[in-house]
Amino acid sequence: MNTRKDTMGTALVALTLVAMMVSLYMVFLYAPREATMGDVQRIFYFHVPSAWVAFFAFFLVFVFSLVYLARSNKRWDTLAAACAEIGVLFCTLVLITGPIWAKPVWGVWWTWDARLTLTLVLWLIYVAYLMLRHYMTDPERRATFAAVLGVIGFIDVPLVYFSIRWWRTQHPQPVMAGGEDSGLEAPMLATLLVCIATFTLLFFTLLRHRLKLQSLRDEVDALQDRVEQAG
Amino acid sequence: MWRAITTILWKDLKIELQTKEAFGASFVFSLMVLVIFNFTLDLTTEEALKMGAGFLWIAFAFGGVLALNRSFALERDENCVQGLQLMPVDRGGIYLGKCLANVIFMLITEIILLPLFAVFFNVDITGRPLYLFAVLFLGSVGFSSVGTLFSAIAVHTRMREVILPILLLPITIPILIAAVEATAYAFGADTDPSFWFRLLLVYDVIFVTVSFLTFGYILQE
Repeated sequence: MNTRKDTMGTALVALTLVAMMVSLYMVFLYAPREATMGDVQRIFYFHVPSAWVAFFAFFLVFVFSLVYLARSNKRWDTLAAACAEIGVLFCTLVLITGPIWAKPVWGVWWTWDARLTLTLVLWLIYVAYLMLRHYMTDPERRATFAAVLGVIGFIDVPLVYFSIRWWRTQHPQPVMAGGEDSGLEAPMLATLLVCIATFTLLFFTLLRHRLKLQSLRDEVDALQDRVEQAG
Repeated sequence: MWRAITTILWKDLKIELQTKEAFGASFVFSLMVLVIFNFTLDLTTEEALKMGAGFLWIAFAFGGVLALNRSFALERDENCVQGLQLMPVDRGGIYLGKCLANVIFMLITEIILLPLFAVFFNVDITGRPLYLFAVLFLGSVGFSSVGTLFSAIAVHTRMREVILPILLLPITIPILIAAVEATAYAFGADTDPSFWFRLLLVYDVIFVTVSFLTFGYILQE
């Protein structure tokens, strides 16, 4: 049915592809080798942008959920669901790249540091969000319930963060030398920024595809209904 | 509004007095959790003193989930949810009544469980009784605030009871951390509890308000 050319979508995909090539070049050839951590530090250019996209996506879930509760237009629910799925995807990437980086640098796969723990808790909250959607059949009710969870989940984020941070100060842990914020050289910073831009483009590309998929699904459902009514 | 709260509260209390189902399930389950902790960890008295607050809140949380599930499963049977939807009162009133009933159920379980905990693990719980009661109250309010809302969500899903802990536990992590730390202080630990009490209060205020405001969406047909 829908055969009209999607110029905007094609342009977005092309742009993302080019940005990915540039990013890969910068990560592996342009950015200097980190003095103490060595080449393993280059995972940082994937780890941090993934985290950024995950947080950004969860923030969008919150915004779209609020708009859905105010307007109850299906569009916003679809957007919130798509953002939650992509957010969980990137949050999973953060939780995978983090330990790969931590093991050679800190000597442990995991530590209950505030940022790590927050990421894990976020992952749990939004996986629960997707499960709730999965376990509901009535689309309107699903949209409303998911929106309520989308709002509550995000409001919880600062409380989780501060509670873990304060908890950490009362329970001593081994000191990790050299946080990644301790002075970033200019080429490293440039690489990081380009990577963040690339991941953001990737996010919008994925979001677009997810929305397209949803509209195709809706079209199939509508056609199926028509066939059933006719037959 | 006030009448809606008291009516719902009395209704739930009366049902509970007759059936004792929520209390029975959550109390026995919480007790079981404590007993299992004892066997799986085999603690000395000093260790139990250090970790007791944690055990206690795990038991309260798991027992609480059972009682909260009951809260709206009760309304689902005989289609009582429809009755609630038809009530010509503010939705917030229904929420507060339900939430208050859940807080009371949780508190009763906790207060009966505490002396048993003290006996089983040989822990002195009388260090700062006023603080202890404050933590129990604030913690239960925080847990029931989102819990009541999620209980209303859970009964409409295909998984029903199974989904509630999955939704509720990650959201209540701040409450559990704060309650455990504050309880340790109430037992006599040498820490500064002011941050934890403030966190409990802030959490309670935020989530009672948000749940109060969003409950109408959950209950509407």
